[in-house]
Amino acid sequence: MSADQRAVLAGAIDEFLDRNPVAALTDLAFRECRFDAGLAFVSFRPGCGGLGLDPALQPFVEERFLAAGAPDTRMRNIVGLGLAAPTLHAHGDAEQLKLLRPLYSGEHVWCQLFSEPGAGSDLASLATRAQDVGDDYVVNGQKVWTSYGHVARWGLLLARTDPEQPKHEGLTYFVLDMRTPGVEVRGLRQMTGESGFNEVFLTDVRVPKTSVLGAPGLGWRIAMTTLMNERIAPAGRPAAMGEGPIAEAIATYERAVHGGAADAADRDRLMRLWGGVEAARLMSRRASAGPLGSIVKLQLAETVRAVYEYCLDLEGPNALLIDDYTDHHPDVVTPLGGGHPGKAYLRAIANSIEGGTSEVLKSVLAERVLGLPREPRSDRDVPWSRIRRS
Amino acid sequence: MTQQSDGIADELRQVTRDFLGKTSPEAKVRELMETDGGIDREAWSQAAALGIPGLLVPEELGGSGAGMMELGVVFEEAGRALWCAPLLSTCALASCAVLCAADRAVQAELLPAIAAGAVVAALAWNGVRPSLGSLQARRRGEQWVVDGTSGYVVDGGTAEQLLVCAEVNDRLDLFVVGSGTGTPVAGVERNSLVTMDSTRRLAQLNFHATPALRIATDVGESLDRALDRAEALLAAEQLGGATRVLEMAVDYAQVRIQFGRPIGSFQAIKHKLAEMLMAVELARASVEHALVTAETEPALLPLALSHARAVGSGTYVRVAGDNVQVHGGIGFTWDHPAHLYLKRAKSSQLMLGSPKWHRSRLADLLGIPGDTAAAGGRR
Repeated sequence: MSADQRAVLAGAIDEFLDRNPVAALTDLAFRECRFDAGLAFVSFRPGCGGLGLDPALQPFVEERFLAAGAPDTRMRNIVGLGLAAPTLHAHGDAEQLKLLRPLYSGEHVWCQLFSEPGAGSDLASLATRAQDVGDDYVVNGQKVWTSYGHVARWGLLLARTDPEQPKHEGLTYFVLDMRTPGVEVRGLRQMTGESGFNEVFLTDVRVPKTSVLGAPGLGWRIAMTTLMNERIAPAGRPAAMGEGPIAEAIATYERAVHGGAADAADRDRLMRLWGGVEAARLMSRRASAGPLGSIVKLQLAETVRAVYEYCLDLEGPNALLIDDYTDHHPDVVTPLGGGHPGKAYLRAIANSIEGGTSEVLKSVLAERVLGLPREPRSDRDVPWSRIRRS
Repeated sequence: MTQQSDGIADELRQVTRDFLGKTSPEAKVRELMETDGGIDREAWSQAAALGIPGLLVPEELGGSGAGMMELGVVFEEAGRALWCAPLLSTCALASCAVLCAADRAVQAELLPAIAAGAVVAALAWNGVRPSLGSLQARRRGEQWVVDGTSGYVVDGGTAEQLLVCAEVNDRLDLFVVGSGTGTPVAGVERNSLVTMDSTRRLAQLNFHATPALRIATDVGESLDRALDRAEALLAAEQLGGATRVLEMAVDYAQVRIQFGRPIGSFQAIKHKLAEMLMAVELARASVEHALVTAETEPALLPLALSHARAVGSGTYVRVAGDNVQVHGGIGFTWDHPAHLYLKRAKSSQLMLGSPKWHRSRLADLLGIPGDTAAAGGRR
């Protein structure tokens, strides 16, 4: 990135903050102003919340706004900001691009309707049907693992429009208004006791043709934009050294030291974990979207789980207890845990499954980055209606 | 890094890779492994014509005044090629010691010959870091003499010039033994050691009232800085080796056919290779961060360096071992290069500060309570 762009941007941010002091506006209004000034997603086109700059400048922008006291509210709408926005920006028509502003401001929360009970790692085999009935499509099917489904105004929907095409080719990408009749959202209780995700049942949902993103049949290609963004660890705001779960591990170790319950081996193990987290942090500052970006995700899935396991080990018998298993349906997702260490540990178990299992991501790295031969496939060039599914 | 310096680094990488492709093919490495000195002086002179030994040396002293990132690129390439050259001894340890600890006049005395490739210099001390235990120096009449044993001196058997870290009372001073002008170093008993890594020579040096010239005083802290810089370069060398063994493993997995398929099409192998890639790229982020930090925020180098070495050393050992595994039986033979990298990896991990020492030091730097590296730090 050029130093010039950086300097110009720094000036623009300072000027923006002079005109729009953080304290003077509600978060929503402040974010609307940021969007209008092109300081939302700086790599996006002007008019879409951006200035057409190098995406590598985004962390710098987030840093400046945080330093000025703007709250970090990304997690309130992380699917919208992280996945929907880049997808809309890349493939949306003029009407669809208008959704970017309320997305960015936080007025509209977004969710992702991709996974199904029968289509996990093999997403392209999904079975939700969208039938062409003239001006509309009629959608029937079931989606699962839908974060924010119960609070979302919009959903990114992937559905099958042509079952006689091979599985990747008969898919279409829709922007779904979650208020449409026939959309039913139910909490899905997970091993932590809470319902952090949802199931979404779609029954005779009428979707206008104007909500197709791109064109019918291009669903898989567009979904790739979404998935490549999913596989970068929560980006946008650069983590500081020692921030996050590792800080809890350090605090746990220090308590154990004061209680006479930690030794040199615990200290060494702590520093191994610290190194694993720090390497991921340094890598996340350089990795962009694309297969190489998934290294950060893979590394964090492994390390964060190990960090919380360490916390439990140091807690000793206290770790036999949990705060409670009451079912909650939180509005904000915390994939990196937080709160009770037992809960955080249990939540971290999912990190190596959600957003691409570690096994699938490793195959992708091996095939796309290292150029190794593809897996043999039995469902290639076969109409979807004839492939074997569970 | 700016785009401009990225461009310079890319060019330097290409020049170095071409140069080492000619001067350090595997056959040459194997030939040098069998020689007494273990280094290729002729190639070193040619490297000097390219400006390699003088990269860190200021321009007015015959170098190019480049930075750690540039020299890091050379170390990376050297690590890929297992180059048998006095790079670590002369350009990292000795040069950094002189640059960090000695004044301009002394630098002007010592560095031009290093930049010209005319002198191989070695840094001798005892322990993980000079500040954690060293040789002894005392006055004898008008001159200084050094006593004691320095255990594992890189290129200590061949160096024409020895820089010696020695204690005077409770302080650490820096001495030089040997003129570096071709006259043999006198008064030092040098025992060349048989090393696990045959591509990098170590010697034990016994000093018995060895006459020495004092070139800097009270250098404990500045030598720590020098060692951090030298270790950052060693980390870059390890990164280059790790990158190379990953390539070897991937290439082999593409061409080795078993059960009617390239072995790289089996998920067990694919995932191993993907994990190697992960480890190498995470190490790259850490090592490059250390090199950049050395230039831009030197006060933070101890933290960045200890992290890079703690992570990067283990990575190289692991991927060098995985490379043998992917190769199977052929990888265990003497004639296959896989073992040369494994031995370089294991040795580089344990020389200077081990990962365990660096983790302990990291914890100290972060203010985490417990046994400290300074207390338990002796090798």
